[in-house]
Amino acid sequence: MTNNGHPHIQFRNVSAHYGRKEVLRKINFDVPRNSVLGVIGPANSGKTTLLKIINRTLDLVGGARFDGDVLINNESIRAIRDPNALRRRIGMVFPLPVGLPLTIYENVAYAPRRMGISGKAELDEIVERCLRQSVLWDEVKDRLSMLGTRLSGGQQQRLTLARALSLSPEILCLDEFSIAIDPVTTMRIEDVLKELRKNLTIILVTNLVQQARRLADHTLFLWRGDLVEHSPTDLVFSEKPKDQRTYDYVNGVFG
Amino acid sequence: MSAVPNSTMASTNPFAPSDFERTKFRRAAINKWLMLGFCLILVIPLVLILFDIFKKAAPVLSWNYLWDNPVNKGKEGGLWAPLIGTFYLVIGSLVFVAPVGILAGIYLNEYAKEGWINRIISITVTSLAGVPSIVHGLFGLGAFVLVMLPQFNRFFADPTDSSTRWQAGLLTASLTIAVMNLPVVVTSTREALGAVPQAFREACWNLGASRWQTIRTIVLPNSFSGILTGIILVVSRAAGETAPILFTGATFFKFIADEGWDKVFPYSLKEPFMAMSMHLNIISNQVSQMPESMKYGCAAVLIALILTVNSVAIVLRVWLRGRKRW
Repeated sequence: MTNNGHPHIQFRNVSAHYGRKEVLRKINFDVPRNSVLGVIGPANSGKTTLLKIINRTLDLVGGARFDGDVLINNESIRAIRDPNALRRRIGMVFPLPVGLPLTIYENVAYAPRRMGISGKAELDEIVERCLRQSVLWDEVKDRLSMLGTRLSGGQQQRLTLARALSLSPEILCLDEFSIAIDPVTTMRIEDVLKELRKNLTIILVTNLVQQARRLADHTLFLWRGDLVEHSPTDLVFSEKPKDQRTYDYVNGVFG
Repeated sequence: MSAVPNSTMASTNPFAPSDFERTKFRRAAINKWLMLGFCLILVIPLVLILFDIFKKAAPVLSWNYLWDNPVNKGKEGGLWAPLIGTFYLVIGSLVFVAPVGILAGIYLNEYAKEGWINRIISITVTSLAGVPSIVHGLFGLGAFVLVMLPQFNRFFADPTDSSTRWQAGLLTASLTIAVMNLPVVVTSTREALGAVPQAFREACWNLGASRWQTIRTIVLPNSFSGILTGIILVVSRAAGETAPILFTGATFFKFIADEGWDKVFPYSLKEPFMAMSMHLNIISNQVSQMPESMKYGCAAVLIALILTVNSVAIVLRVWLRGRKRW
């Protein structure tokens, strides 16, 4: 998976349906390697669906399907036999924190264990690295055998992030990761994300447009299933983005 | 506020209930006592029945009563033969119903896609749960005794030796009870699995865990106690029902050994056996000059058995609630 000149992720004419309802319409965009893509847009604009397509968890939603194709490293995700192998390469964090009913340690070690990693030293190293990356280590290092579900909402969300990082994914998708986290911790995680992007590609779905502005190289504005604008973040937040609707949304004069 | 004199404050207490609220409180109190009354009406007959049974059974109740075999058509002796028969009937039915019911429940809840096939299976299962037990008994007679056993005899029995023939017995009765309990186990398994939040499964899938890995590592460990409770509850049904075993293997009387291993393992799968529910049924209305205390003794033991099994289920559920992991 070396850098071979292709964009890391390419969306090609992607449409998505839940039953008859179309939630994404012919979306095309590229995400360069080791960059951060911010995705903004109001509720029901298809942001989460976009992420579910990348790791093919949309397959698991009854009645849902997508057309078009997504290429990762120039390889079609439709051609991948085992979707689980794809999912292991992509870290996913959804808005509601989910601590699995296991200990904190086992929460982070869950995915590595399913991959057959069982050496204690190796697991210890993974758990510590991921908990540090998600800015949770200092709070839980003395109680790793506590149930993950007993943590507070914000801590569980960081635990979810640690779990997503546990297989050293090449892509990290964050769907409003910060709604349950206090602003100070959010800033610390954002610093970590800036560090992480040296090694992975990040897609950041967020309702906080300022968060996209702080982190994203490119920003994509989705509205009711249409890709309204995909521009460098500076342009999106400038006085003159390509589309007037982008300006209105970013500046809160929408509707 | 300091300008308002104290006397005025007292006469217009802002927290005093209005007439409407007073009526509301009174009605709430009446309703509460009314409902408590109905609950007592439920409890009183149960207590009276239990008291009556155990009082009339008291003269015969002893450890020997459980350990001795019935003598003289059950007029004397104890309950060992039917008791051990019921025990094996329960075990035998669980051997069939537990794996089939649990696996079917897992399939329906975890794998089957929402759709008309799933819906038809669900409706079938719930309807099956409402079928009267005597109908299950007749089904067992038709399917197992009259169709399955002749095939067994064709292949496994020696036609010249009648002792090798398969008769209606523990096997057919266990299968019938298993069929009767199948919908209960399937439903309770589905409920136990359904109580595990979907978010846990999705989190695992997003990590690239397969469906089976997710079920094995997260879903089953957190629904195991619920599934077990369902299994325990069908035990009491298996022990208490007479109708399903009436034509499928239970018999009124069978001589079994009074001591040795043959007393502990008295029945083979292919011969009729005695069971508590059947025994109680026969001695209470088919045998003349049956002492009252023997009838009540049998009923008391059967009730005690079922209450014990149900209490285990209740204790398990309370304990399970106490150690909830999310």
